Amino acid sequence: MKTIHEHGTPEISLRVEALESLLEERGLINPVAVDRVIQHFEQDVGPLNGAKAVARAWIDPDFKSRLLQDAAAAISELGITVGDNVQVIENTPKEHNVVVCSLCSCYPWSVLGLPPTWYKSPAYRARVVREPRKVLAEMGVDLADDVTIRVWDSSAEIRYMILPQRPAGSESLSEEELIPLIMRDAMIGVANVTLPDKG
Amino acid sequence: MADQNPADVLDTEGPAAPPRSNGELVFEEPWESRLFGITMAMHEAGMFDWEEFRQLLIDEIRIWDGADHAEEDWSYYERWAAAFERLLAHKGFFQADEIQIRADSFAARPHGHDH
Repeated sequence: MKTIHEHGTPEISLRVEALESLLEERGLINPVAVDRVIQHFEQDVGPLNGAKAVARAWIDPDFKSRLLQDAAAAISELGITVGDNVQVIENTPKEHNVVVCSLCSCYPWSVLGLPPTWYKSPAYRARVVREPRKVLAEMGVDLADDVTIRVWDSSAEIRYMILPQRPAGSESLSEEELIPLIMRDAMIGVANVTLPDKG
Repeated sequence: MADQNPADVLDTEGPAAPPRSNGELVFEEPWESRLFGITMAMHEAGMFDWEEFRQLLIDEIRIWDGADHAEEDWSYYERWAAAFERLLAHKGFFQADEIQIRADSFAARPHGHDH
């Protein structure tokens, strides 16, 4: 499938390099702007923004209501600009929610950063819609039979983020202590938030 | 899933550590981040509507999904590249074979000058 040239450079890598050099010659891109975009997405944008919103929702019920009602407005209270049309869905003991983009890879970049590789894979996109309980179990989320699972299909219009359940035993933790526990996968709905093992 | 991640063998802290997003590399290959950066920079500059690109990406993914492929051959950013090339052709930025001709000339560079 992947063509390798004799010097070991894959075909696709050469095509992208060719694309960039042609665009640059025509003044259609500025390499400095490209570098800046890459650095921004690799280093500045990540799931921390989503984690801050989740931690605040856990400790402040009024914020939680606002977050579920109008995520962009609520998250902006934390000084975070939400560029996407994000809707936050709450996990409860009786209902587990999980996000996919079955057509491509729509994802709330401004709160979760760039999507992980598996989110974009054909297997995840197809299977989580068809057999969510099995896929979740394979990813480490075992749900009791009486827990309803809802699958949310993100699109360019609405990008979903999950508000995971606050882990039992975390009542004494502060907002700052909660934030690092809230991992990206929990906000996609394929993991639960857990407390670190007592060392 | 973390135990399947080839990135686990890389440094996780210190100057050699690659950028991570909750334990996973954002890009697997340098060309993927270049392609992503070029696309985003052109979009930021107002050169195309995101929806126009997204529809082409959906189409490229649908074509791949519908054909007989081994799952390990899947590359999200290869689909992205195909969609982006189509977008640029629609916009009239390139002649049909310009990218291939340029890529071939890069492939023919003498060894040691191929970066």
